[in-house]
Amino acid sequence: MIAKDRRLDRRAVMHTLLENRGELLLVTGLGSTTWDAAAVGDDDRNFYLWGAMGAAAMVGLGLAIARTDRRVLVVTGDGEMLMGLGAPATIGVQRPPNLAVAVFDNGHYGETGMQASPTAENVELVAIARACGFKEAFDIIDELGLRDFAARVHNAPTTLFARIAIRADEPPRVLPPRDGVLLKTRFRRAIGAE
Amino acid sequence: MRAPAAAEMPDWRDEIFAALKAAEIGQIGYVPDAGHARLIELCRDDPEIRAVPLTTEEEGVALAAGAWLGGQRAALLMQSSGVGNCINMLSLAKTCRFPLVMLVAMRGEWAEFNPWQVPMGSNTQAALELCHVLVYRVERPEEAAETVAAALDIAFNGDLATAVLLSQRLIGANGG
Repeated sequence: MIAKDRRLDRRAVMHTLLENRGELLLVTGLGSTTWDAAAVGDDDRNFYLWGAMGAAAMVGLGLAIARTDRRVLVVTGDGEMLMGLGAPATIGVQRPPNLAVAVFDNGHYGETGMQASPTAENVELVAIARACGFKEAFDIIDELGLRDFAARVHNAPTTLFARIAIRADEPPRVLPPRDGVLLKTRFRRAIGAE
Repeated sequence: MRAPAAAEMPDWRDEIFAALKAAEIGQIGYVPDAGHARLIELCRDDPEIRAVPLTTEEEGVALAAGAWLGGQRAALLMQSSGVGNCINMLSLAKTCRFPLVMLVAMRGEWAEFNPWQVPMGSNTQAALELCHVLVYRVERPEEAAETVAAALDIAFNGDLATAVLLSQRLIGANGG
């Protein structure tokens, strides 16, 4: 079944998003997107959430408002985004131009046994983002769309949202540091906030 | 000594705002409450503060963490009922030792007209303390600013989570 699934490979997508990242700051959500970022390569400018499900997009908002001189990318999963579904409304009002939110959507809760998520049924994240005021919201289903979005992350004039269709598979876990104080402090040092 | 007339006394809400300004708060996340109406207005009118209305209070805990990652100080305004919405998100502040300052307008504790406010209002302080948040209470107007200033100090100097409960008796029983 999976072999015939034409959705994108999550690790390859993360790699594309972080290619030539420059000064990009990254926030990842609880679960697989954190392992994906670690698989591409640990970096002091990555803030990985190991818990606080639903927080990723809002951490990105606070960071983007605080650091208008840097681009901020949030990468999280469909389940994590759905748990903080008020966040698109909150962010849609603020719309900091240096923030992009990308949701890896496999329609499943990968960390807990691949139970179906609401996006596997009728819930459309891109429609939600658009209805919340995101001027640029993309439904990404292929490499071309992904490359276009990855470029926009560095120069878009408005807050971006992307739902990226990925396969529901589980590549081997690559674990970054899990000490929250370490993650916080090294991030702040890396961007001159401490 | 004659008590000063009401007009001569500075409003405690204005004094809390001055404490936030003195602490260089750059972001305010809030869910509206009648007890915070004046503070919200002052924050929204200040060009140096980004006031962010939240759909639910737990968003504010994450917002404040993001602000601090970027080197900016944030504070949150919410009603006591909203504290219940924050419980799991407070693990972010605890685990990473993010500084956090929550100003909580109390409901359900003093001449409350709405009994649905009582279960959360009567458990607000205990719930916060279970989540390792340092809790301070303000009962009288003259204590408000210094209590908020003390919470700001300990939060940002010690990387600690704090909450200041503004009592319903202080705010006015009708709340909002």
